[in-house]
Amino acid sequence: MENLVQMALQNVNMAAIMPSLVLCCFGMFLLMINVFMPRGKTTAASLISLLGLAVTFVVTLRAWNHPELGFAGHVALDNFATFFNVIFLIAAFLTVLMSDDYLHREGYPVGEFYPLVLFTTAGAMWMASGTDLMTVFLGLEVLSISLYVLAGLFRGQLRSNEAGLKYFLLGAFSTGFLLYGTALLYGVAGTTNIADIGFYLSAHGKMLQNPMTIAGMLLLAVGFLFKIAVVPFHMWTPDVYQGAPTPVTAFMSAGPKAAAFAALVRILILGLGGLQADWSSLLWMLAVLTMFIGNVTAIYQTDIKRMLAYSSIAHAGYALVGLVAANAVGISGILFYMLAYTFMNIGAFAVLVLAGKQGEDNLTLEGFSGFGYKRPFLGVAMSIFLFALMGIPPTAGFAGKFYIFAGAINAGYIWLAILGVLNSAISLYYYLRVMVYMYFREPQEDYGWVRMNPGTVVSIVLAIVGVLYLGVVPGKIMEMAKMALF
Amino acid sequence: MLDSYLPILVLIVIAVAFAVGSVIMSRLIGQKKPGEVKLAPYECGMPPVGSARERLSIKFYIIAMLFIVFDIEAVFLYPWAVMFKRLGLFGFVEMGVFIIILLIGYVYVWKKGALEWE
Repeated sequence: MENLVQMALQNVNMAAIMPSLVLCCFGMFLLMINVFMPRGKTTAASLISLLGLAVTFVVTLRAWNHPELGFAGHVALDNFATFFNVIFLIAAFLTVLMSDDYLHREGYPVGEFYPLVLFTTAGAMWMASGTDLMTVFLGLEVLSISLYVLAGLFRGQLRSNEAGLKYFLLGAFSTGFLLYGTALLYGVAGTTNIADIGFYLSAHGKMLQNPMTIAGMLLLAVGFLFKIAVVPFHMWTPDVYQGAPTPVTAFMSAGPKAAAFAALVRILILGLGGLQADWSSLLWMLAVLTMFIGNVTAIYQTDIKRMLAYSSIAHAGYALVGLVAANAVGISGILFYMLAYTFMNIGAFAVLVLAGKQGEDNLTLEGFSGFGYKRPFLGVAMSIFLFALMGIPPTAGFAGKFYIFAGAINAGYIWLAILGVLNSAISLYYYLRVMVYMYFREPQEDYGWVRMNPGTVVSIVLAIVGVLYLGVVPGKIMEMAKMALF
Repeated sequence: MLDSYLPILVLIVIAVAFAVGSVIMSRLIGQKKPGEVKLAPYECGMPPVGSARERLSIKFYIIAMLFIVFDIEAVFLYPWAVMFKRLGLFGFVEMGVFIIILLIGYVYVWKKGALEWE
């Protein structure tokens, strides 16, 4: 007994969760500030959360190449986790920058927004650095519960309520799948540690084809594929993305999606590597379905937020291609793609944040008629992000797709790469259509309501810098993504 | 490994058997003299007022949620108190941090007015 206590105490290593600890401290501090500040004053809270994210960024960067293992091997702050942590922090930073003015415009200056974003980010970090299925689950719950609240933040708006409730009900359901899968794998291997499950399965080869192992793998995959919004678990995405406050949608499509990818990659590669033949043929089909259904359905959308939701489904499909390939290029391609997607997608949503009227009913294709002439800077910014989403060089989207499809070709999945490129061609149609409306239609409005508030503009500029930097000189970041593999 | 769970299984079996057994036995051998008062719904000994299927205020839900939070705190405090000496300073600080986190939540709900009934 005495030894057990001693061991448990020695294995605690706070350095392994330092970035998320800092975030949580700032989050709780913000909660206290919100309570004692007068209602509706949220600017201070947004500045403090930006400071918190910046401090965490420094703490995170110091962990690069200095891996830490903590809590008896339940948490590992390795390069893989650090790379993803950087993605989450960038996503949160860009989101917070654009939020303050938006919340005031929409009439919900709710201070709780900022701590919730920080807690979501902390949860995402635990998902990326969790080396035990329970830690990953804990991270997923912290992330999800904060996101449910964020999606339903505008409690007087029916759409926002619908988004929050739908996300909560379906999310809770998918978490059940995840837990069931965890329980089955625990039953097989007698441990929830991801690496130990891998060791057990490679030592007991005949357990690989045991139905319990396969079922556990499938159920786990369902839980994560839901969060990533892969077809056929994508039905919640359009409604939630459309109904949630725009900055929340931007954040949701980048941070949590990357977190679910991080956990899925770690579990499938490290824990269930022995089943690769099974899961890669499964993900092959899902990736193709996801790309086609996402892109084809996006063509029919007239609401831009909804269109970006379907585009986000399609992009999850592209990223899955890298996981099907499961080689160094493919997996580091996923890391690169998630970073690139964070910049281009959050940037596009930041333009929507500025372009929207109160209530956001004007964010349709028609509503963007002549927008590019009346608001040249925003028009150019939107075009850059749309080009990046299409995957046109020299933007981040091109480099990301290049690495992922190169990984697929290296692994022998030539058809998958061809289908992926074909889908990029389909996506040209609906991305270009936005630009056609922006530049080739007569303006019907003077867009006088568009206020260029500094936070959102900084967010857009940072996103442009990110998109172009990753597109023009992708080599350095790609090297880092390769170093991040385990 | 599964052997260590045997006492829990035994406990579950005894608990279920006792509960089910008591209900069945009292039904089988107990005396039954039903009356109007006896068949009425039990409302803490008061004469029943109105229908039992009323809509309850959402405020009960908040109170119940807050209760669970602090109930769980107590659940964690008991084993900690038993092991207090062995855990030493580290355990003391850890529990302090845990309680401070809950305290922040408490201050939050208090200032937000979640504890006020009207």
